[in-house]
Amino acid sequence: MNAALIIDASYFLAAFLFIFGLKRMSSPVTARSGIVVAGVGMVVAVLASFLYTLDVEEAARPHLTTNVILAVVALVAGLGWAWWSGKRVAMTAMPQMVALYNGMGGGAAAAIAAIELFGYKAHAGVGLGLAVLGGLIGSVSLSGSLIAWGKLDGRINKTLRLAGLQAINGTLLTVIVGLGAYVVYNGGAVPALLLAAFFALALFYGVMMTMPIGGADMPVVISLYNAFTGLAVGFEGYVLNNPALMIAGMVVGSAGTLLTLLMAKAMNRSVSNVLFSNFGAAGDEGQGEIQGSMKPVDAGDAAINMRYASKVIIAPGYGLAVAQAQHKLYEFVKLLQDAGVEVKFAIHPVAGRMPGHMNVLLAEAGVPYDIIYDMEDINGEFKEADVAIVIGANDTVNPAARTNKSSPIYGMPILNVDQAKQVYVVKRGQGKGYSGVENELFFKDNTNMVYGDAQKVMVQMIQAVKSLDGGH
Amino acid sequence: MEYTTTILTGFVALYIFMLAAFTGFEIIGRVPAILHTPLMSGSNFIHGIVVVGALWALLNASTPLQQAIGFVGVLLGAGNAAGGYVVTERMLEMFKPSDKKKG
Repeated sequence: MNAALIIDASYFLAAFLFIFGLKRMSSPVTARSGIVVAGVGMVVAVLASFLYTLDVEEAARPHLTTNVILAVVALVAGLGWAWWSGKRVAMTAMPQMVALYNGMGGGAAAAIAAIELFGYKAHAGVGLGLAVLGGLIGSVSLSGSLIAWGKLDGRINKTLRLAGLQAINGTLLTVIVGLGAYVVYNGGAVPALLLAAFFALALFYGVMMTMPIGGADMPVVISLYNAFTGLAVGFEGYVLNNPALMIAGMVVGSAGTLLTLLMAKAMNRSVSNVLFSNFGAAGDEGQGEIQGSMKPVDAGDAAINMRYASKVIIAPGYGLAVAQAQHKLYEFVKLLQDAGVEVKFAIHPVAGRMPGHMNVLLAEAGVPYDIIYDMEDINGEFKEADVAIVIGANDTVNPAARTNKSSPIYGMPILNVDQAKQVYVVKRGQGKGYSGVENELFFKDNTNMVYGDAQKVMVQMIQAVKSLDGGH
Repeated sequence: MEYTTTILTGFVALYIFMLAAFTGFEIIGRVPAILHTPLMSGSNFIHGIVVVGALWALLNASTPLQQAIGFVGVLLGAGNAAGGYVVTERMLEMFKPSDKKKG
């Protein structure tokens, strides 16, 4: 059999398995098998690629043994490290891990572009243009994702706020695009130093583009870079005449773009707003004084009130996950259910750090997904709820988003927890939310604050209910 | 007759790109919000296929510079693919319905 035929057939199979796998991943029932299907496609494609060794370019033949050794070492090292790190990362840290792996993909696409350009291999015209474009997008995705990872992981705490930053970035991008156009215009025959400058500036641009963006917007940015990497991979696939890269890259490019738009929409912001304006930079003034005061309540009292309620809705936020309180919370929920209380979870589209992140965190604690409801499905039910309990969430339940036009979060859809008869807010202290906005909900007459670490609070609540049921 | 790889340029490439873009759009368009994070992670895994391109580039490298860049490319690509897989699988593994009914 002809090696080229085996490679092409394997790529066809891989492309099919990727699309089929992604399709299966789009329903909770079949999702688990979807990633396995796609994984098989990846293994097939990588194994088939070693048949390349049978037919390498003339100039590379003397180096083939070295290259194969290098390839195996790089594969094993990359795979080993990623497998190890992916297995041990905590569920709460998932978003930054996705950012990190995504950046690596962008880097790999940029590396392909670099080899093509420094080796003067890309064909002049469309191929060269896409090699340059893929190199640019891949580089931006690499450095941008690394910054996003650093910010979410708490390694970078600074948010760059510079007057005229947009003008600087605009100039920078113009210079990079100009360099790229120069490379294409000259058919790739340009000094290596110029190519190096092109890649260095592209990497720098990724940093400059991401630094001004605040942590709350990072999920949208990660999703955008995910789409970027997909595009870069698709373009480099064209350069290498590799349909598997072209198809997989473009599928991810468009799926990622749509996902980015959905996320931005859930936060009621446009993508350009996320990228080019600083969240929370404006609007600190004119928020108006909030009437009322925060009323603390004992965790045990709150728990007993819930035990005798008929319907309780829980609005969890990232604070729940940070305190690792999901498991204790579910234990408490089961006690309430045993006592005949109807319990539902209400998930804001951006609860956690990414859309769907909170669902993953709850699923980890064993909460079945059919008592977890999306915001649109449950918002009408808060009126009927005896108790709404907010745990570690803030901006997503702030009524200011509905009423206060001067608030930076005005217009963002929120969970209507304030419509419940009684609201409990479990919170570590009196601080503001991620957006830095004061929360009116905490000052309302029907709201009581339960101060403390979410996990400790849940333990106290469990004990209160248990002692009650054990004592009669 | 000896099999040779089809060169995908011009409109053929354009067709591939267009159909692939629609495919991605359609698959994500009807997804419940609870799967957004796993799907982002899953699509992140799928562009890990870039490792295959990096492999080709490294195997055809003829200078130390190309070998170095190729090595880094394969390393990063393999990390993307393997990490993306593990993380996605861990997330999806946890999606279980209540015992009483199936979702």
